[in-house]
Amino acid sequence: MSASATAVLKARFPQATDRASADHPAINLPLAEVPAALQCLRDEQAFDLLMDVTAIDWAAGATPRFTLVYHLYSTTRREYVRVAGDCTGDEAAPVAPSVVSLWPGANWLEREVYDMFGIRFDGHPDLRRILMWDGYPYHPLRKEFPLAGIEAPLPDAEIAAETQAKVIAAPMAGGPFVASPGELNLAEAEPRAKDESWNECQPKPEA
Amino acid sequence: MATEFAFPDSAAKAAGAEQDLSSERMSLSMGPSHPSTHGVLRLQMELDGEVLTKCDPIIGYLHRGDEKIAENMTYNQFVPYTDRLDYIAPLANNMAYAIAVEKLAKLEVPARCQAIRVLTAELARISSHLMGLGAFGLDVGAWTVLVLSLNQREHLYKLFEELTGARFTTSYTRIGGVARDVPEGWLGRVGEFCDHFLPALEEILALLTRNKIFLDRAVGVGVITREDALAYGLTGPNLRGSGVALDLRKDRPYSGYEQYEFDVPVGAHGDSYDRYLVRGEEMRQSVRIIRQVIARFPGGDWYAPDARKIFAPPKDKVLTSMEELIQNFMIVTAGPQMPAGEVYFEAENPKGILGFYVVSKGGGVPWRLKIRSPSFCNLSILPKICVGCLISDVVTLLGSLDFVMGECDR
Repeated sequence: MSASATAVLKARFPQATDRASADHPAINLPLAEVPAALQCLRDEQAFDLLMDVTAIDWAAGATPRFTLVYHLYSTTRREYVRVAGDCTGDEAAPVAPSVVSLWPGANWLEREVYDMFGIRFDGHPDLRRILMWDGYPYHPLRKEFPLAGIEAPLPDAEIAAETQAKVIAAPMAGGPFVASPGELNLAEAEPRAKDESWNECQPKPEA
Repeated sequence: MATEFAFPDSAAKAAGAEQDLSSERMSLSMGPSHPSTHGVLRLQMELDGEVLTKCDPIIGYLHRGDEKIAENMTYNQFVPYTDRLDYIAPLANNMAYAIAVEKLAKLEVPARCQAIRVLTAELARISSHLMGLGAFGLDVGAWTVLVLSLNQREHLYKLFEELTGARFTTSYTRIGGVARDVPEGWLGRVGEFCDHFLPALEEILALLTRNKIFLDRAVGVGVITREDALAYGLTGPNLRGSGVALDLRKDRPYSGYEQYEFDVPVGAHGDSYDRYLVRGEEMRQSVRIIRQVIARFPGGDWYAPDARKIFAPPKDKVLTSMEELIQNFMIVTAGPQMPAGEVYFEAENPKGILGFYVVSKGGGVPWRLKIRSPSFCNLSILPKICVGCLISDVVTLLGSLDFVMGECDR
């Protein structure tokens, strides 16, 4: 039963390929065909719930830089399907097609992806930031964004002018002390300060 | 004489003013700090008199960047952060996260561990629904409900403290097991809690179920149709209140839920009152599950015994044996070692379906961890259903949706 959902998609969309998956049936598609594929799954395969829309950042300079991942669930078949599409094209201004016309619930999910990764959704009715404030200059879940944050102006210009306050990076005393992902040897993977040029005794050098 | 020239003039003025009033929209900001927004939700509303013509929820005030943080720490280090998603039911979040990562590691935990997790998740469900009902009651003016439900939650907190060492932020699960086995006599005390909780629950529900004031506030208010609920990705009691019997504990059983008998209550109209009734019934069903878990509580290990690179060995062995010491050191510093791959797991949490999408490149740290939070999706329907509501109904609606901002904003 579950294999048929991906089989139907592969018959309908010749460019679809199987996506390596250990849990749910999964399929890779060119991003432009994803809305049509999701509509096919919803209308013909009874996948009535759009559970999740998210993106993966494969690090700056990687090709593809971003992959969009959709998880659908069928309340009648009681199974999931994962549809993924690589966001090809310009790394600085990635664009993806919106699926808000299929599921209005995609509105906030796509706004979150835009907010966190800076991927613009074509056809989205109201593409604004959702978790960060309007006018925030960065996209925090991109890999080049540091864990401590980056100095940014306050959201309210009036208060900023009055108090001279800014949003500042978290003081991490040489940290963050983090382990690195991937199959590394212990010396490389063990938790360590990412920036060892400063600590509690030695102030952070001015950029 | 005076009335003759004064009256027509002011009457015309009044008529003109009335026309202005009906055409002029007022904008009103509710929150972020407002008693009925349950945290830091802000509603930017546009009103025509007392009726909403537009509602724009503004969220993110509690955004801490949990997903970014997760990319920078080992799998076990993230467990305390899951407490702070739905902080009304941390034990259920702990369990959902642990199972997601265990699926990635293709690790099966023993029956005793599964039973402990089911037990704690159902206790968390009762705790969450009690808080939800209490806050809902408070929003519509029934103060007593909150007092009585907080009283019952205190008994739960005592049980949580005895089991996990913490009342609120439990951090109880580990990848491949739980932090410690159940203490001596604890199951008996959970059973005693169930015995005195059921009559107390009936007392609490009796304050609302046939209460004329509550019925006037809740029946027919905030109706969510079945189609809307599915289109907006609502889950949990909010979806079941609209008549969709989706409960992952039944549909895709995890952690041994298939062994237990329980019913999935659904609503008929999708209004605030139905959502209230569904939560009430779910607490009765949770007690039913808890009693079954206690009755057939399995023995044996409470952690995956052969998970050498994932679950830290028992402390007494760490302190006496070289091999276990090295193993413990590796798991603490480099983290539980996961294969490369991706996994998406969803659990039926009290607020709805909590999902974790974990992308791993191998090693002890996730490459990407996405949290699919039920409160986020449940709130996304607000702009749709608020339009046409009275402003006082918005309070009812928010209470009946039972969201928590820690989870919505992450």
